[in-house]
Amino acid sequence: MSEPVMGFGAPIRLEYNYTPGLASSRYLRSIAQRRIVGQRCPSCKKVYVPPRGTCPTCAVPTEEEVELEHKGTITTFCIVNLPFYKEIEPPYVAASILLDGADIALFHLIQEVPEGRDVTMGMRVEAVWVDDADLAPTLESIKYFRPIDEPDAPYDSYKEHL
Amino acid sequence: MTQTNPDLAPLSAPHILEYPYTRSVGPVVGRFLGALRDRKIEGIRASDGRVLIPPVEYDPETGAELSEWVDVGTSGVVTTWSWVHKPRLKHPLRRPFAWALIKLDGADTAMLHAVDAGDESKMTTGMRVAVRWRAQTEGHINDIECFVPEEAE
Repeated sequence: MSEPVMGFGAPIRLEYNYTPGLASSRYLRSIAQRRIVGQRCPSCKKVYVPPRGTCPTCAVPTEEEVELEHKGTITTFCIVNLPFYKEIEPPYVAASILLDGADIALFHLIQEVPEGRDVTMGMRVEAVWVDDADLAPTLESIKYFRPIDEPDAPYDSYKEHL
Repeated sequence: MTQTNPDLAPLSAPHILEYPYTRSVGPVVGRFLGALRDRKIEGIRASDGRVLIPPVEYDPETGAELSEWVDVGTSGVVTTWSWVHKPRLKHPLRRPFAWALIKLDGADTAMLHAVDAGDESKMTTGMRVAVRWRAQTEGHINDIECFVPEEAE
């Protein structure tokens, strides 16, 4: 009898051409200019970043643009121990970051955490950008977020955004 | 009509999503694939005496566990087929070919594989085809590169 096979690689590969739409394209172009621009819903006043052009709650177009701070608050995070994203050596922290003035959190990498300090919910962070020459219409233009010397934001200030 | 400003047009970029799955095959399909590595095709005998290709772990009628292995031929008969005019990226051949159900000699069920017939006019139901093995076999259904009309081998 032949040596039986236990299994085989069966990767699923999906090749898309991603078109983010008008609103997110404007946002991505603002990123390439080192700016973070969201949109405010005219009805509920929530600020979406990245903007999708409509408010999913109110179902109305969002047109008012709002430039956001490059600082924000970690609402929640996880420690990644598996090397599935090959550019970054684990362990590292991926976090939801609520930018000041925004009502929806971005997901990004946390780096430069000082020795002996733990990442926490409420931790204040700032964006670290790539060099000017490398700016492009992608969120990778922000290399990562890093802690800043500010007291943690109180839970009540971000509990609606978890 | 207003001119579209290229700076305001929607962006677009390639986006590739890939899941690196490994599929576990179980003892019966595992043995079938292992035999392919040795350029042999093995079926399994069902409770009613039929030889099933590809083999299955349990009898399709009674659910009984199956264990009697039967060597079958590497040639057989096309029972039905469909011509592919424009092969897609993941198809086994880069040129037009047929997907066919092939009942191998000694088997009672047909298995799906590709037939490299060159032209649709060469395909007929009932035609005889033979395995073309891949130069390097590894224990995968693709060890059978395809089937070819028997007189062509």
